Amino acid sequence: MSKEKQSGKEKQDISRRQFLSYSIMGVGGFMAAATVMPMLRMAIDPVLKAEASGDFIATNVKVDEITTEPQRVDFNFEQKDGWYESTVTQTAWVYKDENGEIVALSPICKHLGCTVSWNSSDNYPDKFYCPCHKGVYDKDGTNVPGTPPRGPLDRYQYQINDGVLYLSRRASEVGGE
Amino acid sequence: MLNKVYDWIDERLDITPLWRDLADHEVPEHVNPAHHFSAFVYCFGGLTFFVVVIQVLSGMFLTMYYVPDIVNAWESVYYLQNEVAFGQIVRGMHHWGASIVIVMMFLHTLRVFFQGAYKKPRELNWIVGVLIFMVMLALGLTGYLLPWDMKALFATKVTLDIAQSTPLIGDMLKTLIAGDQHIIGAETLTRFFAIHVFFLPAALLLLIGLHFIMIRKQGISGPL
Ligand code: HEM
Ligand code: FES
Repeated sequence: MSKEKQSGKEKQDISRRQFLSYSIMGVGGFMAAATVMPMLRMAIDPVLKAEASGDFIATNVKVDEITTEPQRVDFNFEQKDGWYESTVTQTAWVYKDENGEIVALSPICKHLGCTVSWNSSDNYPDKFYCPCHKGVYDKDGTNVPGTPPRGPLDRYQYQINDGVLYLSRRASEVGGE
Repeated sequence: MLNKVYDWIDERLDITPLWRDLADHEVPEHVNPAHHFSAFVYCFGGLTFFVVVIQVLSGMFLTMYYVPDIVNAWESVYYLQNEVAFGQIVRGMHHWGASIVIVMMFLHTLRVFFQGAYKKPRELNWIVGVLIFMVMLALGLTGYLLPWDMKALFATKVTLDIAQSTPLIGDMLKTLIAGDQHIIGAETLTRFFAIHVFFLPAALLLLIGLHFIMIRKQGISGPL
């Protein structure tokens, strides 16, 4: 601000009309914000809500029953979808790899979400196969290039308690693209 | 009798100029199929609007029976289609209209494109037209989930996968549209319903209003 312009002079620069129009804009802006803000906050609530606890779910599989051959494991949990509660069943393909590490793959195809299964096509023995558009995955879930899927199968996290396999509710994406 | 009523109102409110200004315009010769049959290409805009009116009306009547609830949505559609007199017709209007409106809009866009009618001074109306195009696609997309059958569910899964593959904000975007991070369910259906039945039609009517005001101001583009 230059020296000539002193605060006293500036005050006089605001006319009654300007003052009123600023006031109306302020009040109007406040009213508009107070009206719209609650609605927007309500609409975006799902994005901001903390995720439900990621606890693990017991399966009916004992760890020493798991072989190197993928087996289908179904497990249930109570799901809350807003006001709607239901029991949902998740499926995993579970096996031990060469190092004895447990692998639990999601059966949801990474192309368009059909259900893949192990060794289900005579043309693709010892592969995960998706019947919808002939998607093929290796045993470790890696998608076979040249088939439709866009990435490897998702994996469940697991825990072992008292020799029983526990799996996470949701499978998560493998690695970053 | 009706004339008298009209005159009585007109005397007080002078309504004649209102509708004259809207309706009393000569159709230019070059857009009149009665003069040059090839001018039928000018009809597609009007036909698009006609189908939009059918969509809005049939949609309003469908909501008298439809419930956006995952337990009952499918049953309510089944009921209105099979048990309600003319329910099949009204749903049929909405179902087929949803595709026809896209076809008409596309033909209209082709006409405007190949005639170069989007050029100065009509650039703004092209932009509004593109916005209408997007709103219309979004209406088709959100409406598709509402019957809550297998096709609806899996189509929406694919849609949400596409949204989720957006760089950086994909996960947030998906949650915002679906109403839940993982589940396509109760909250997804209510959201899609609200968007389909309130938000998008409001946006559509606003944009169509702008579209028509601009046409009125600028007139239809001249003969080629
Ligand atoms: C240009 C505008 C619109 C388009 C393109 C459109 C599109 C669609 C589509 C594709 C469906 C699925 C129909 C089916 O599977 O048979 C649908 C369903 C539905 N729409 Fe619309 N819609 C529009 C406007 C509206 C409006 C304005 C309303 C209500 C005010 C509405 C209410 C409904 C309802 C209640 C359903 C579920 C019933 C059913 O599936 O048959 N729609 N819409
Ligand atoms: S959905 Fe599995 S290959 Fe297309």
